[in-house]
Amino acid sequence: MSSVVEQVWATLEPLTDPEIPVVTLRELGILRDVSETAEGVEVVITPTYTGCPAMGQIEDDVKACLAQAGIAARVVTRLAPAWTTDWMSDEAKEKLRAYGIAPPHTTRPAVSVVKFMRHRPVPETVACPRCGSTHTAVSSQFGSTACKALYKCLDCQEPFDYFKPY
Amino acid sequence: MSAIQPSVAQDRSKQASAPVGGSAPNAVGSVGAPIDYLLHLADNAVVLGQRNAEWCGHGPILEEDIAMGNVSLDYIGQARLLYQLAATRLGGDVTEDKLAYFRDDTQFRNYTLLELPHNGPLVGYAVSNRDYATTITRNFLYGALMVLVWEALEKSPDADLAAIAAKSLKEARYHLHHAADWLVRFGDGTDESHQRAQAALDHLFAYTEEFWTPSAAEEAAVASGAGVDVRSLRAAWDGIVNDTLTEATLVRPEVRGYVTEGKHGRHSEHLSYLLGEMQGLARAHPGATW
Repeated sequence: MSSVVEQVWATLEPLTDPEIPVVTLRELGILRDVSETAEGVEVVITPTYTGCPAMGQIEDDVKACLAQAGIAARVVTRLAPAWTTDWMSDEAKEKLRAYGIAPPHTTRPAVSVVKFMRHRPVPETVACPRCGSTHTAVSSQFGSTACKALYKCLDCQEPFDYFKPY
Repeated sequence: MSAIQPSVAQDRSKQASAPVGGSAPNAVGSVGAPIDYLLHLADNAVVLGQRNAEWCGHGPILEEDIAMGNVSLDYIGQARLLYQLAATRLGGDVTEDKLAYFRDDTQFRNYTLLELPHNGPLVGYAVSNRDYATTITRNFLYGALMVLVWEALEKSPDADLAAIAAKSLKEARYHLHHAADWLVRFGDGTDESHQRAQAALDHLFAYTEEFWTPSAAEEAAVASGAGVDVRSLRAAWDGIVNDTLTEATLVRPEVRGYVTEGKHGRHSEHLSYLLGEMQGLARAHPGATW
């Protein structure tokens, strides 16, 4: 890794998700790549959900952080391969849990849609991030942000967010 | 309405007979989907996203208010990616905003189903002009189509479209899951919820016929290799719909008669009002930013 590339990674390391400030953009897999190209340094980010309102903020944060450090770099948004929660590090998942968000399970292997529908009634077992109980129930597939579902713990009675496998 | 129009949409007679675009110069892959096909996919997403967003702050329960806000955001996000791709390939001064805000109703290529208001046949009085069974039933019928469309387009040789499809498929699965869950709850719920769900289904089902008659843009997309032949998805769609309706104790209506033509640009009156609301701000204050 060249010293410029290393410097960019180091500069961007403190940047966290605007909605979930305990995990960094790198840990979430949003900050994908830094490389030196013929046109200069290129920073690649990838959107999480297509309509996630935080993406604009994230891009602005990356640009502002680079500008503040005096680094000239282009910020490029790349769609493929599509972002997946499987890129999240174990360390990031533990930080989410400690923050009160149940971390995402590994995504299920791709199945055809028809099979997917047949398997629809089987809910995921999600452990409560507060007490660890798996005696939980889904309240809604959609929660406070696009990436989360709303669950409740049937033992400690606390509602909690579940970061959906995506 | 007079408005700035992107070059794609200026000549309507030409657009009706032959799709604009063809193999695009800026395509990353060797095959570029026709522009009109991208606009059809984008218009579907933006119109249903705008329609469902009407529930924001008015949801029947808090969780569903939030769910509909999230689903709408996904749809508008998908529309943005598709409009951005179309704008890039059209080049010049075309932008995603021009495509969304400065085309008129007859230039939109969405299914008529998606522009209909939320009031089904049983509702539509002053006290409540939105019926959640209508919302859910539409989301289910369209959601079942889109998981199949995106699953096919994920393998499109148009690399940009395939990338959008791969992202959209993940979201579409959650949308279908959500709508199917509620349809079963409504259908197999109380007498009132069952009656409303069946009425919504009876009202909306005929509009799904539009899915299966390819438009010129869809035919051009199939010919280019970048698109999917919708007719090839029908058996799988029937399977999802029939299984879910059985579980919901709802009866699939017999469909006959007029097939709507929204994707050809011939819409119901409802689209004009929806666009009036969606486009009004951008047209009153061109170039305004937040």
